[in-house]
Amino acid sequence: MATLGPNQGDAVRIGVYICHCGINIAGKVDVADVTQFAASLPGVVVARDYKFMCSDPGQELIQQDIREHGLNRIVVASCSPLMHEATFRRAAAEGGINPFFFQMANIREHVSWVTADKAAATEKSRALVAAAVSRVGGHEALERQRVAVKPDVLVVGGGIAGIHAALTLADSGKTVYLVEREPTIGGHMAKFDKTFPTLDCAACILTPKMSLVRQHPNITLWTYAEVADVSGYVGNFSVTVRRKPRYVIEDRCVGCNACVEACVFKEGKFADEFNYGLAKRKPVYMPFPQATPSVVLIDPATCLHFKTGKCKQACKAACERDAIDFDQRDELVEIEVGAIVVATGFQPFDAERVPEYGYGQYPGVYTSLEVERLVNASGPTGGEITLRDGRVPKAVGIIHCVGSRDHATNKYCSRVCCMYSLKLAHLVKERTGAEIYNFYIDMRTPGKGYEEFYDKLLEEGVHFIRGRAAEVTDWTMTPDEEGKLVIRAEDTLIGAVRRIPVDMVVLSVGLEAQADAGEVRRLFNISCSHEGWFLERHPKLAPVSTFTDGVFLAGACQGPKDIPDTVAQAGAAAAEAMALIDKGYVELEPNTAFIDEERCSGCKTCIAMCPYSAISFIADARVARVNEALCKGCGTCVAACPSAAAQQHLFTDDQIFDEIAGVLSYV
Amino acid sequence: MSDGTFQPRIVAFFCNWCTYTAADLAGISRMSYAANVRVVRLMCSGRLDPQFVVAALRQGADGVLIGGCHPGDCHYQVGNHKALRRFTLLKRLLGQLGIEDERVRLEWIAASEGDKVQRVINEMVAQVRALGPLGLTAIPRPHGEAAAVPPCCAE
Amino acid sequence: MSKPKVGFYWCASCGGCEEAIVDLAADILGVVAAVDIVFWPCAMDFKRADVEAMADGEMAVCFVNGAVRTSEQLEMAELLRRKAGLIVAFGSCAHTGGIPGLANLYSREGVLAAAYDAAFATVNPEGMRPQTEYAAPEGTVTLPELHETVKKLDQVIPVEYYLPGCPPPVKLITGALGAILEGTLPPKGSILAPEIALCSECPRKDSKPEKLDFTAFKRPHQIIADPALCLLAQGLLCLGPSTRAGCDAPCITGNMPCTGCGGPLEGTKDLGTNALSAAASVLEATDEASIAVGLAEVPDPAGAFYRYSLPASLLYAKKGS
Repeated sequence: MATLGPNQGDAVRIGVYICHCGINIAGKVDVADVTQFAASLPGVVVARDYKFMCSDPGQELIQQDIREHGLNRIVVASCSPLMHEATFRRAAAEGGINPFFFQMANIREHVSWVTADKAAATEKSRALVAAAVSRVGGHEALERQRVAVKPDVLVVGGGIAGIHAALTLADSGKTVYLVEREPTIGGHMAKFDKTFPTLDCAACILTPKMSLVRQHPNITLWTYAEVADVSGYVGNFSVTVRRKPRYVIEDRCVGCNACVEACVFKEGKFADEFNYGLAKRKPVYMPFPQATPSVVLIDPATCLHFKTGKCKQACKAACERDAIDFDQRDELVEIEVGAIVVATGFQPFDAERVPEYGYGQYPGVYTSLEVERLVNASGPTGGEITLRDGRVPKAVGIIHCVGSRDHATNKYCSRVCCMYSLKLAHLVKERTGAEIYNFYIDMRTPGKGYEEFYDKLLEEGVHFIRGRAAEVTDWTMTPDEEGKLVIRAEDTLIGAVRRIPVDMVVLSVGLEAQADAGEVRRLFNISCSHEGWFLERHPKLAPVSTFTDGVFLAGACQGPKDIPDTVAQAGAAAAEAMALIDKGYVELEPNTAFIDEERCSGCKTCIAMCPYSAISFIADARVARVNEALCKGCGTCVAACPSAAAQQHLFTDDQIFDEIAGVLSYV
Repeated sequence: MSDGTFQPRIVAFFCNWCTYTAADLAGISRMSYAANVRVVRLMCSGRLDPQFVVAALRQGADGVLIGGCHPGDCHYQVGNHKALRRFTLLKRLLGQLGIEDERVRLEWIAASEGDKVQRVINEMVAQVRALGPLGLTAIPRPHGEAAAVPPCCAE
Repeated sequence: MSKPKVGFYWCASCGGCEEAIVDLAADILGVVAAVDIVFWPCAMDFKRADVEAMADGEMAVCFVNGAVRTSEQLEMAELLRRKAGLIVAFGSCAHTGGIPGLANLYSREGVLAAAYDAAFATVNPEGMRPQTEYAAPEGTVTLPELHETVKKLDQVIPVEYYLPGCPPPVKLITGALGAILEGTLPPKGSILAPEIALCSECPRKDSKPEKLDFTAFKRPHQIIADPALCLLAQGLLCLGPSTRAGCDAPCITGNMPCTGCGGPLEGTKDLGTNALSAAASVLEATDEASIAVGLAEVPDPAGAFYRYSLPASLLYAKKGS
């Protein structure tokens, strides 16, 4: 224990610092006892406990001890190294020793916060401190490698989050690649009529930004495209983008729609995705009038040419610019970027998963997004709120929390449904004068102007029934229910079950992670929460960062949020990416592998281990060698090396054996 | 901890990106669990040299828990596949040497699975407690001056 | 000046190490000329009493081969330790426990039962076991006691040097004798063999591809191995990457994989699990099912990876034995 590293001449002099973290640690761990124990360990010169080691005075304590006691190794027992390792390495460096002569013991996340018994927590803390002390003696002085950062940024997803992030970055002078898998940018926001609580017209505030994206000289916009592969690391990502064929040459198309008019289908015949099937489109179509880019596309699943090969190709003939190209193929584009903003958004909850509400069964049952299209002036009904049978509803029920706050589907609150339900209630009432019934569990209206909006709705005479709706049925009991849908719900405020006959039911569906979030997460090497939302590095202090440096999150892909929060987060992600790029370099963690060529027998076991091809066989010397610029520091080659010739900085065999010995040295 | 029941000592090797982070999450979420596991952080479960497992057992661990990212989720692409290969062969070898199955365990625990850290640790501590101390045969030492014993086992 | 006195002794061993000395062939005459052999029960007529009669430290060096499992072997090892200035653990059994050390996979009673009850040609209805003493009509006859486990030499007496191999290669023996006679021995505790793995001197080294792509290990009897290609590349479990060089790879030259008699390399804490890690690493298999298939022909990992080194391993012996 506490042996010297091979490149160290002086004796090991360790300082150990036990952090109270206020009462976060000290409330569960007897810090005085652990400090006393640490002082008794071999090599330890100073052991102290302090209220907040990460504070300035805490760090100063370390630096003062380095000066006064000639310390050359530092151990801090506090929170997770993922939280404050960088802080204390910096403190050690500022105190005058190599920052890697430092080891952290995690006695907060791994001890005080997870241990019920105080004596057990103290004992476990002792063991972790002993391990850190045992290991730190063998630490070597290391230097961080600096690597230049590529100046361009990839933004994935062209909803409001991606749009805002891309524009912010582009305005700062960065070259941005914005990749969107749908044929147009705009995301869900482009489908909304108004936004809460101000009732701004969504198109009025969004479409100018969409055009800006299209026109911005610093933005390369690829719609109908997907990221196919990502490799590299922070500051140096290589990205392959697959541009799917839209069978229209984007540069030639001016969006005149002549091809759409000329199509052999005289009327729209196929469900229009943008309008959730409430309208029909042709095989060649513009997703919606303000689609950006303003370029049509051809759907090969419905186009006669692709289905039968026997179409007269009227569209092609109608195009004056010869933009139709039936031979387009997938195109792979390679780009190099320094940072990535993932803004892949959400998907609405599938209302058919709650069969008791009758979605898909009764034509009068709609999802909230369908109603967004119905109330939209550019929607399938031109903003007329008519039912599928053409009637104007006289009574409308809005059921909240469909797919949210429900143990059968999603436990979480989707955050936006109360507010958009109020918005829809207002709009529907305004346009139709119908009686509106909201069925809610709790009204959740935190946000600027939100509660005031709720108050306004109460004054407008919208009905609020507190209770989760039990079912929607066409089984009628009284004459006034005839021809209606009946919502059955317990009104918990009056303590009775009520039956409310309505013409239209709106299901306020929650937000879910995209169905392919798992694949996307693997692509970018980031993590997901249980629900599939991308995991931020820290819920409070690094909310747009991920565990993969250089990959940032914006918008609802990280969790349900409304437009103001999405835009704020997109700005934050853009700022983080800018900070990374403007710094110009990254310092890599020096935990790379290396090979002691004296010990290497040239058995090549390590070479195939490396997923990054960082190890090569040197024919002259007949040994293997690691290219440290390519090595990412997993240590798999080290575990495989039968000669102990391959080692990993910060995780050498000896350091880990010392840590094992230390963690077990104390009973 | 000193109420007389056997308190096994378990050394855990957690990968930095998934399982260590999950253990941090368990902490942030205040999920209380048995205090018998001490975590050694590795960058990847692929760094786990089977020698670490036997070194821990020899030095007093009653069990060893290895935690890595789920297959397909490895931060280093496929480090966990290598961990699985080594672990599979190691487990068979340990079985031949009478080490009970429950004492050495591999679990894939994603960064979001703080609850799995809690469950696996509580489960394993209970199982190893039921088995009792590991009780390896002591390595004989010669009389007189100490001979070369592996440094990791020197006291 | 009198010639240095040298002894040879065998404990639990097969006799191969003695053969290895004879393998010195004509060189042995030089050895005989340079030293005075004072004890070599296998080849010359010396008795224990002759050793007991020596002064402590009188023998310059004693080469002891074999592992230690009986009371007699222990007594002889301790006796030779007193009489010799230097003890060289000679061969795999003395160095790391060797083949006899694999008995540590079983309890003492398990070993006896296998020999005295279960063996094919044994008839032992009374369940007789060897006794350390027996009152025969001619007087009391004795047998050494069988210890619970097999030990390597330095687990019973301090040892200065180690000569690995099963048996040690002539080249290493000659080198060790030369160093002793010339006074050029390395620091005590050294292993008198190259500090690099066997691959470094394997004649098939260059034939090994950077990426092995076999999906299952095979056993030597299952294939006709290509005599020019690295055996690992053919799926044979070769421990060449994990064990010491110095033998010039005679097994591989004979188209059989290395079984690791050269013992652990510098930096290895546990030969078996170290070699296991390397072997499992190179297999091309990623999921549980394909891994199971890939490892099916390694039916006895303890025997494969600890073939010569179980007593030297961190686990030492089967739990409870």
